[in-house]
Amino acid sequence: MDAFLNQVFAGLATGGIYASVALALVMIYQATHHVNFAQGEIAMFSTYIAWTLIDAGMPYWPAFFLTVVIAFVLGVLIERIIVRPVEQAPVLSVVVVFIGLLIIFNSLAGWIYTYTIKVFPSPFPKEPVHFGDHFFSAHQIGAVGVTLVVLALLYAFFRYTPLGLAMRAAAQNPASAKLVGIRVGWMLALGWGLAAAIGAVAGMMVAPVVYLDPNMMSGILLYAFAAALVGGIDNPGGAVLGGFMVGVLENLLGAYVIGNELKLAFALVLIITVLVIRPSGLFGRVHVTRV
Amino acid sequence: MSTKHLLVSAAAIVGLALNAPAAMAQKKYDQGASDTEIKIGNTMPYSGPASAYGTIGKAAAAYFKKVNDEGGINGRKINFISVDDGYSPPKTVEMARRLVEQDQVLLIWGPLGTPSNSAIQKYMNAKKVPQLFVYTGATKWNDPQHFPWTMGWQPNYQVEAQIYAKHILQTKPDAKIAVLYQNDDYGKDYLKGFEDGLGAKAATMIVKKASYETSDPTVDSQIVQLQASGANVFFNITTPKFAAMAIKKAYDIGWKPVQYLNNVSASIGSVLIPAGVEKSVGIISTEYLKDPLDPAWKDDKGMNEWRAFMAKYYPDGNLKDSGNVSGYGNAQTLVQVLKQCGDNLTHENVMKQAANLKNFELNVLLPGIKINTSPTDFAPIQAEQLARFDGKEWVRFGDIIGN
Amino acid sequence: MIEEYVLGAAPKTAPAAAHAAFSRRRLATVAALLAAACALPFLVSSYHTFQLTLVLVYAIALLGLNILTGYNGQISLGHGAFYAIGAYVAAILMDKFGVPYWLTVPVAGVVCLGAGFLFGLPALRLEGLYLALATFALGVSMPQILKVKDLEHWTGGVQGIVIIKPDPPFSLPVNQDQWLYFFTLAVMLLMFLLGWNLLRGRVGRSLIAIRDQPIAAEAMGVNNALYKSLAFGVSAMYTGVAGALGAIAVQFVAPDSFQIFLSITFLVGIVIGGLASIPGAIYGAIFIQFIPNIADQISKAAPWAIYGVFMIGFMYLMPTGVAGALRIAWARIKSRRRGSGNSGT
Repeated sequence: MDAFLNQVFAGLATGGIYASVALALVMIYQATHHVNFAQGEIAMFSTYIAWTLIDAGMPYWPAFFLTVVIAFVLGVLIERIIVRPVEQAPVLSVVVVFIGLLIIFNSLAGWIYTYTIKVFPSPFPKEPVHFGDHFFSAHQIGAVGVTLVVLALLYAFFRYTPLGLAMRAAAQNPASAKLVGIRVGWMLALGWGLAAAIGAVAGMMVAPVVYLDPNMMSGILLYAFAAALVGGIDNPGGAVLGGFMVGVLENLLGAYVIGNELKLAFALVLIITVLVIRPSGLFGRVHVTRV
Repeated sequence: MSTKHLLVSAAAIVGLALNAPAAMAQKKYDQGASDTEIKIGNTMPYSGPASAYGTIGKAAAAYFKKVNDEGGINGRKINFISVDDGYSPPKTVEMARRLVEQDQVLLIWGPLGTPSNSAIQKYMNAKKVPQLFVYTGATKWNDPQHFPWTMGWQPNYQVEAQIYAKHILQTKPDAKIAVLYQNDDYGKDYLKGFEDGLGAKAATMIVKKASYETSDPTVDSQIVQLQASGANVFFNITTPKFAAMAIKKAYDIGWKPVQYLNNVSASIGSVLIPAGVEKSVGIISTEYLKDPLDPAWKDDKGMNEWRAFMAKYYPDGNLKDSGNVSGYGNAQTLVQVLKQCGDNLTHENVMKQAANLKNFELNVLLPGIKINTSPTDFAPIQAEQLARFDGKEWVRFGDIIGN
Repeated sequence: MIEEYVLGAAPKTAPAAAHAAFSRRRLATVAALLAAACALPFLVSSYHTFQLTLVLVYAIALLGLNILTGYNGQISLGHGAFYAIGAYVAAILMDKFGVPYWLTVPVAGVVCLGAGFLFGLPALRLEGLYLALATFALGVSMPQILKVKDLEHWTGGVQGIVIIKPDPPFSLPVNQDQWLYFFTLAVMLLMFLLGWNLLRGRVGRSLIAIRDQPIAAEAMGVNNALYKSLAFGVSAMYTGVAGALGAIAVQFVAPDSFQIFLSITFLVGIVIGGLASIPGAIYGAIFIQFIPNIADQISKAAPWAIYGVFMIGFMYLMPTGVAGALRIAWARIKSRRRGSGNSGT
């Protein structure tokens, strides 16, 4: 029983990582109706920026917030300068542009910072937190807390602010949105900026656990993508829940069902089965297409 | 005949006699070698999942530049052509063919990765171009009978694992062992050596084996599994990033086994400091190179030479990364081989001299460890020494094994 | 909605263009290109012949992916998995059973046809992003599957399998590289001919109809489920054939040869080459084989960043791919010619 609970807790901890990245993916999807494959690499690059600031002597929290702002600006700039020219292009061409961005950021990070792993500090205390016999590192609980705060802010933003409404409108129906006076182009840029900012937060929460290196996000991205889809790509809360589920599932499968050698394939088969049964994800809105 | 003629003839005869040895040692060149240049090819994963090792190639390139600045090898400059293969075997094949057929290199030095080297081994041997000092510890590179053109450099993984197995049998014969290994050739090679070393007792002593992929974000789940098995000895076969995670997690969940860490990840700077030195106390590994962060080598002449080299020729390089020591050392070994070739720079002579290294010492190898090769022994470095980390440095104990 | 994610402005002109296919000019161009292709191995070095063989291999794989994604609108981020299956089928047959190399190619095709069809069945329920995830999962997990202990006896596990290079038959006066090139060229021509025939007929029109207007297509009597699964199967078959040829050319297979980046590279290839276009497969193959090498020449420090810049640049200049750009350019030339002809009215 003990070992089982340990696995569940370890799974929740890893799941927290997936949840935060999944949140960034959902954000960009809600704002632009595109899944930005470069999201992970932009998050990783932002984390390197934070590392540079901290390494230069800046204390943690100022560096954290400055990085979030820098990431926001970076996201806006990328949308305005790189994505805008291909806005009207076929969807797969836009995907190729995203893949190009992914490769560029990865390569730049490797060139500037080299591939040796770097330690990224955690703002939370070092002593583990006890639940009976079980340990949770304070960082992991803190990271989950930060993710939930971001989630709450996002939810409030989209639901209760006029700007959030305008963004959702711009993504769902750009033509009509323009007609009511929404500046669609800037809404998209804003969406990218917010997604980059959330990604930066995710990166800074993830890096203390998995160590900072240019390939930090590649293993996480697949599971985050899966989590976002399982939870419903248009449901931020669902994405976070999906992240935890995927984390626990992966751990339990590896420990008890299929062994570590095939748990990746197995976990994904299960996720796909869920999607086949409920194609919009567990908590997503079902889309009805009218003929 | 006048006296002048006599003197001139005498001078001519003396001149001829003096020049005779030089005339007899004719210059022989295969592709890639000339009076002025020696072309050396190399493939390295500068991108992709193994990109952390790319620094080895850069350190070697810097070293060859240093050699060139100091006059080259027997007056010839080294032209080091290193290309990225992204750790993808088809790309390694393409790049090896380019180096041999288009760039016309004399030899390929230090390709990195077991699958990458497996992919080109047959080709290199068919083309009779040396595949020298390959960067992998797999056991199969010491096979001069079947693959006379391929030679390794570092001590091989199975031998290292057997050293650990023997140590456990000697010090803790009733141990319960848990193993974490990377699910690829490197991990499995260590595991095999370990199980062979334990012999008949392997099945009863190893209570749990857990593997991971390099694409896994963390190894937390595996560590929890290993702790749950009740093991009191832990053999940690992981690459640096995962080693740091494993050491940290094991400590954090309160698991305190006797830990054996594979040499690939025994770097203080790349692994133990990120993991936390207080969490790494007591870890046992083997060494053959001097660790750049080990205080024992703070004033060591050899390491200071290395530090001066890094400062001048590879200032971007990380002084904590053992890969930079390894690349430097391996490159020196190649330079020694080429020096021994003299003016006979053919593929065949390169292999012959590579198989003719006698008690060659490197300033970055542990004192007492020497490089030896022969036509039947294609394993340049075979010796290692056990060491235990005390929170600050690797304290070596026992004898040098395998010299 | 989500379905629109994959539906792009891919040209709907494939069937129309096919009618013009029999024009004499077209045949002449194809014949000229074919003659050039046959002459190349004798004009360039063995190493370049090897690279050209890889281009042909990738062209077959890209045509396969194009059938699925370009013509039928089903996105796949995991076609590297079928390439891997084809490669391993060829390697295992040659290494363990001594099957001659030329026989392994059709066997690999048949195996992948089945595998693709089987994968396509449950994938029927998935659209756009979800299908992307499912195929991405397939691509990511294939190396792990290839390393499984129980299959190690066949697959060679992490060590992989070394293949012996085939010799030219009947003592033809060509070397091994040249022979492999011609063999691959012959297979490629056969596959392209088959594909062209398939796509310009009813099957092709059905695939495109399913891509653009699935509900209308179903209403008109097209069996969406059957065609979509078949598209997966045929697409996998092409990629499997390419994988077998690739394995023979490289003479080595290992799980590390088929990482997820391969699948992503295939997708990049068809988009840059041109979706729903047969020559697009060739343009894309040239891009994915040679541009990384060119990027490496330009910058040793960050070559992949240059490659990414190339990718983005191509998309800016030619959003519908090289084939699309050529089509637009050709149309412009034609209209200008027609315009100048009418100016005398």
